[in-house]
Amino acid sequence: MNRDWPLWEVFVRSRGGLSHKHVGSVHAPDSELAVRHARDTYTRRMEGVSLWVVKSADIVASDPDQAGPMFAPAEDKVYRHPTFYEIPPEVKHI
Amino acid sequence: MYTTEMGKPDPAKVASIGGEDPALLEAFEARVAADEFIEPKDWMPDAYRRTLVRQISQHAHSEIVGMLPEGNWLTRAPSLRRKAVLLAKVQDEGGHGLYLYCAAETLGTSREQMIEALHSGKAKYSTIFNYPTLTWADIGAIGWLVDGAAIMNQVPLQRTSYGPYARAMVKVCKEESFHQRQGYEIMIAMANGTPEQKAMAQDALNRWWWPSLMMFGPSDENSPNTAQSMRWRIKRDTNDELRQKFVDITVPQAEFLGLTVPDPDLVWNEAKGGYDFGEVDWEEFYAVVRGEGPVAKERMEARRKAWDDGAWVREAALAHEAKRTARAAA
Repeated sequence: MNRDWPLWEVFVRSRGGLSHKHVGSVHAPDSELAVRHARDTYTRRMEGVSLWVVKSADIVASDPDQAGPMFAPAEDKVYRHPTFYEIPPEVKHI
Repeated sequence: MYTTEMGKPDPAKVASIGGEDPALLEAFEARVAADEFIEPKDWMPDAYRRTLVRQISQHAHSEIVGMLPEGNWLTRAPSLRRKAVLLAKVQDEGGHGLYLYCAAETLGTSREQMIEALHSGKAKYSTIFNYPTLTWADIGAIGWLVDGAAIMNQVPLQRTSYGPYARAMVKVCKEESFHQRQGYEIMIAMANGTPEQKAMAQDALNRWWWPSLMMFGPSDENSPNTAQSMRWRIKRDTNDELRQKFVDITVPQAEFLGLTVPDPDLVWNEAKGGYDFGEVDWEEFYAVVRGEGPVAKERMEARRKAWDDGAWVREAALAHEAKRTARAAA
């Protein structure tokens, strides 16, 4: 039996105005200690102003083997990008 | 600090890729050849997974065991500044071990399995940590040479093909540069100190030079896994290439200190644009890999004691959480 403490994924907001970003994981018995371990492990050099920890087992991920069909539908819809449209050069600010 | 693949290669254990689905294998090889990163849930050949688990866990063990020789000097650092610096460095090594254990865990091994493998003597760690730190000058020499060799090894690994390992290496490299500089600063202070201090610095260089060259692992002709590991972009340079680079960079640093590299065969080779240097004592290298290093026994005893003494804390924390959850549910 695996007696390791549960695994938590760690997310750091490096400064105000930016999103939290995944940086790694820690083992901890509970959420409070997970935050403390995350601080010691991932923010020893002022890397962040805020931490999130999420139990790794609670993360639901898309299947990498299905990445093709999953993300392909966007590939043939180039009209979703502004460069798809031809505007005469003399028209400005558009 | 870093470990390269260690141990005398066992031909029976050399990565075998037979038995894999050829189509999947071909797609995998193409991705790696195109310098794409492989992520935890992607399909990968079994041998790739096994090689990575071995290499990353050895690397993690080296970080953790690497705390011991320096921790030995924490209480005897010659000033508060040196003590604060050494404490921060040792804490970093612990952090690096944790990044790496987590990276290895994404491949399906558990923390407990890896630690058990280390403590039972089944897993290897860098041979360098089985040498004793006898004087304060050793702390300078370790930062300068051992972390220097580690950086040389780790910089190319930032582009290693396995994503979690590469990302851990980016963080490690960013943090490790201070380790080397603080070590060299100690060496400068000692080399410019009293004659006794300078002699201590020279003595430390004498003892750490060859073990540092051993950190790059066996010579290329005795490293049959290298070709496969380079093909899979697990390794990006051969052991001998990195060893040469380390010598070329480090010799002028020793000259600046006014210290002598303990190698009578060391000579600049204009034609190759690098130094020629003597042969590493491979008998000693393999003896230390086998666990016959001067303080190998003490290192593992210290690790096992720390683990065993901490068992009640790990169990109590889990029991506390279970009780709290049960109370919240009631």
